[in-house]
Amino acid sequence: MNTQQTTTPVVPDENGRFGQFGGKFVPETLMNAVAALEVAFEEARRDPQFVQELGGLLSEYAGRPTPLTYAERLTEALGGAQIYLKREDLNHTGAHKLNNALGQALLAKRMGKKSIIAETGAGQHGVASATVAAKLGLSCKVFMGEEDIRRQSLNVFRMKLLGAEVIPAVSGSRTLKDATNEAIRHWVTHVEETFYVIGSVVGPHPYPYIVREFQKIIGEETRSQILQMLGRLPDEVIACVGGGSNAIGMFYPFIQDENVALRGVEAAGHGVDTDKHAATLSLGRPGVIHGSLTYLLQDEHGQVQEAHSISAGLDYPGVGPEHSYLKDSGRVTYTSVTDAEALEAVQLLCRTEGIIPALESAHAIAEAIKRAPQMSGDQILVICLSGRGDKDVLTIQEALEEQSKGGEQ
Amino acid sequence: MTATANRIDRLFEDRSRKRFIPFITVGDPTIEATFQIVTAMVEAGADVIELGVPYSDPLADGPTIQRASERALQNGVSIADALQLVARLRKSGIEASLVLFSYVNPVLQYGIDRFFADLAAYEADGVVIPDLPIEENGPAVEAAKKNGIHVISLVAPTSESRIKKIGEQASGFLYCVSSLGVTGARTELRDDLAVFLQKVKSSTNAPTAVGFGISTPEQVRAVAPHTDGVIVGSAIVQEIEKHNEQLKDPEQMPQAIEKIKTFVQQLASALQ
Repeated sequence: MNTQQTTTPVVPDENGRFGQFGGKFVPETLMNAVAALEVAFEEARRDPQFVQELGGLLSEYAGRPTPLTYAERLTEALGGAQIYLKREDLNHTGAHKLNNALGQALLAKRMGKKSIIAETGAGQHGVASATVAAKLGLSCKVFMGEEDIRRQSLNVFRMKLLGAEVIPAVSGSRTLKDATNEAIRHWVTHVEETFYVIGSVVGPHPYPYIVREFQKIIGEETRSQILQMLGRLPDEVIACVGGGSNAIGMFYPFIQDENVALRGVEAAGHGVDTDKHAATLSLGRPGVIHGSLTYLLQDEHGQVQEAHSISAGLDYPGVGPEHSYLKDSGRVTYTSVTDAEALEAVQLLCRTEGIIPALESAHAIAEAIKRAPQMSGDQILVICLSGRGDKDVLTIQEALEEQSKGGEQ
Repeated sequence: MTATANRIDRLFEDRSRKRFIPFITVGDPTIEATFQIVTAMVEAGADVIELGVPYSDPLADGPTIQRASERALQNGVSIADALQLVARLRKSGIEASLVLFSYVNPVLQYGIDRFFADLAAYEADGVVIPDLPIEENGPAVEAAKKNGIHVISLVAPTSESRIKKIGEQASGFLYCVSSLGVTGARTELRDDLAVFLQKVKSSTNAPTAVGFGISTPEQVRAVAPHTDGVIVGSAIVQEIEKHNEQLKDPEQMPQAIEKIKTFVQQLASALQ
């Protein structure tokens, strides 16, 4: 029976733990703020007015539900499972990030906060935060690594155009990890008046839980769309994993459907046998980053290591604690694909479906390129297309030119 | 070693005297310099020394200690090096209380039980873990008790209803965070600092020490009446940074140490 559901333990527990993972490893100064957030969220999600307001914004402002598209020519090209794309690239601002940013910003307003801050890697969460700040009349500061500011100049300009202040993080590797450090430092200093809008299922409890609850609409829509279209659930669902918010959002509503295989795809960068990758779940071990116990890329002394990926959104040495839990429980299979494989996937999707995917989402496509031919023609494979690739075209152009010059990957 | 023999407990038996607690980062700029600086700070009147284990992602620290951490990490300094330093200081006759300051992840990777057993074996007295709130510190506190080591908790102006619970569990001394934000020198302290410190005092039997943002003898004098100890970190680390090159040169080191000692003496003597 394909639609049969099994019962699994409810996570997180009252201590914010997903099995052994998660928790609240933050300075004492922030402890009351995270506790207050927990209470405010529980009240909000039970308040019909909040639910209605968020629902209204999601449908009338963000454009939800996003379509589920049958990828006919990609299916033909790969010669195996029938492939469907969940089109988060068609969400307002071009990625799934807005679902969560809208939810958290509404929560901020409800809590009487006038300022929001956010961290961003690729810039998608920064743009989403700047967008909702404008829409809801809040001030917005976005922390972004100096290296990412260089890689994602278009998104930097978009944030400024939307009225946000972009603050460069100049410590460490100058990417998402360091932007998050700076955001937390700012939050500690301005905790009384500032709401920190975290962009992924990371950070101290209750953030991984809150972000999942705001992103699970992706999987809920997908589940009912495929049932409506085909009268059955998919055989396999694939999503990319950096911090892992689109993947959790997509997977969560399928967790109890035991016949639906779930695959999370991390960035292998130059390869998992090199030191330039972001394959946290494959190669890391449990440790604490940004307030949460989770798989982590670190050295023998517990110093956090720098991650690498062509995709700024996957360039993160940690991962959401629920993914660590789902890995250890065996419910989700985690794999990785390289920069080169992701680039190939971008080109294939462009040419077969007329869709330019974000480099992050291209990792999920690349995994599907491997998986689909191993599946039969009556099987269904759903890919979460988490964002569009307009922001990446310069990076893609540079990388392809490098490749055609015979440059080493 | 039993809990009663812990140097921090003996030190605070007499609460009529205010205690001076400097912080420095281990291995900034070298382990040898740290050894010499600690020795000089004890001579200058330090009662407890906080030895910072460098970390790649020091969330609770401002730019000064972040830079010190980076310098020390370039030297590959780890918890093991900090423990060796403690052993060497004890061997040279240093009897001041020695407290390691480390973020939680290096402690987890070292192994909680091994960490506290080694703190006792190398004769350290306590540890401050800034990202380990009371909700998460159970295993650490258990291992610490077994080994007669204090896990020193922090309490912040935003702790409010948590002050009582933290105060009841306090071990060694209670680290009172003077202001919101990360470590680093500030020109002004919060107006309501005295009220906060009074609230903390009335909720705990443990001695209190105030830190974060205290950088001048005037500020030390101002907070002293409300506390049993004063912690100064970034201001001293900044002074060490100023003499970085000299501290790396064996010939110029004694002169630099002398300057740092004078700086610390001015802060410590503000308590007397």
